[in-house]
Amino acid sequence: MRWGVVVFPGSLDDRDAQRVARVLGDEAVALWHKDRDLGGVDCVILPGGFSYGDYLRCGAIAKFSPIVAAVARHAAEGGLVLGICNGFQILCEAGLLPGALVRNRSLSYVCDTVTVRVETTDTPFTGSCREGELLALPIKHGEGCWVADPDTVSTLERERRIIFRYVDASGQAAPEANPNGSLGNVAGVCSADRNVVGLMPHPEHAIERMMGGEDGLKLFRSARAWLARGASAAPAVSSSG
Amino acid sequence: MPGLLARVYVTPKRGILDPQGKAVEHSLHALGFREVQEVKVGKYVEVRLREAAREVAGPRVREMCERLLANGVIEDFRVELEEERG
Repeated sequence: MRWGVVVFPGSLDDRDAQRVARVLGDEAVALWHKDRDLGGVDCVILPGGFSYGDYLRCGAIAKFSPIVAAVARHAAEGGLVLGICNGFQILCEAGLLPGALVRNRSLSYVCDTVTVRVETTDTPFTGSCREGELLALPIKHGEGCWVADPDTVSTLERERRIIFRYVDASGQAAPEANPNGSLGNVAGVCSADRNVVGLMPHPEHAIERMMGGEDGLKLFRSARAWLARGASAAPAVSSSG
Repeated sequence: MPGLLARVYVTPKRGILDPQGKAVEHSLHALGFREVQEVKVGKYVEVRLREAAREVAGPRVREMCERLLANGVIEDFRVELEEERG
């Protein structure tokens, strides 16, 4: 499988995201923000960082880069897209995911390991998890407070598009477990077609024991399994014509 | 034709959490400004336009706001146009 990782000026976690592919024995392809196509990758990751210095708003400038237009086309065709942290902010700014990410309620940058609960396994990135499974994932952000208007929130609830919530050790979405003030403890959401997923926690920083945990691998393994199922379900290629 | 200065004010939408505004509000209360009811912290952007007629510039600046300067999910904007004389 080929994983594309977008590099914007100011991206920080692109190398870490590429490492995921190597740990899985896959191929990682670095995509430059000025590229106009994705080079045939199976899944594209928008990594964490401070694209274009986070000027104006996080992700506001990045959404107009040529690569994001290519990501939008890939998404429209049903391709897999994962936005992590700044990548999540960019996908919201680009309108590929609902809501927006604003300054943490505390006004402080948070760097911690949090527990998130998998709300639904009906996405390519959570398909190999259990519903209600708790994952330990690192966070590091100043603008991770997810907000949306009430209509959007109720639509997302009804369509089960909130896919991760911050929870305490017992799995409850308690206010104390919310590191940034996100509405409803939301840590990650997906698109209407479910193939575009964004989250503030960093699964790519939790893929090997030396990182303190491997829970992040479950998202990437899910995507792999999802693609493998798609490939086996596809009709055999005809040799005629 | 003179140039135009567009003054763009971007503010958090009503109902959207504005932690910066809240922090400034608390700080003003701590300084004794009891009359302060609410504070919102937004952005001020100046855009200088060359040789633009108001009727043309107004919609153009609003489009700039909708596409880039403000995020309609969380922010409102207001535009003032002012003629600039060299």
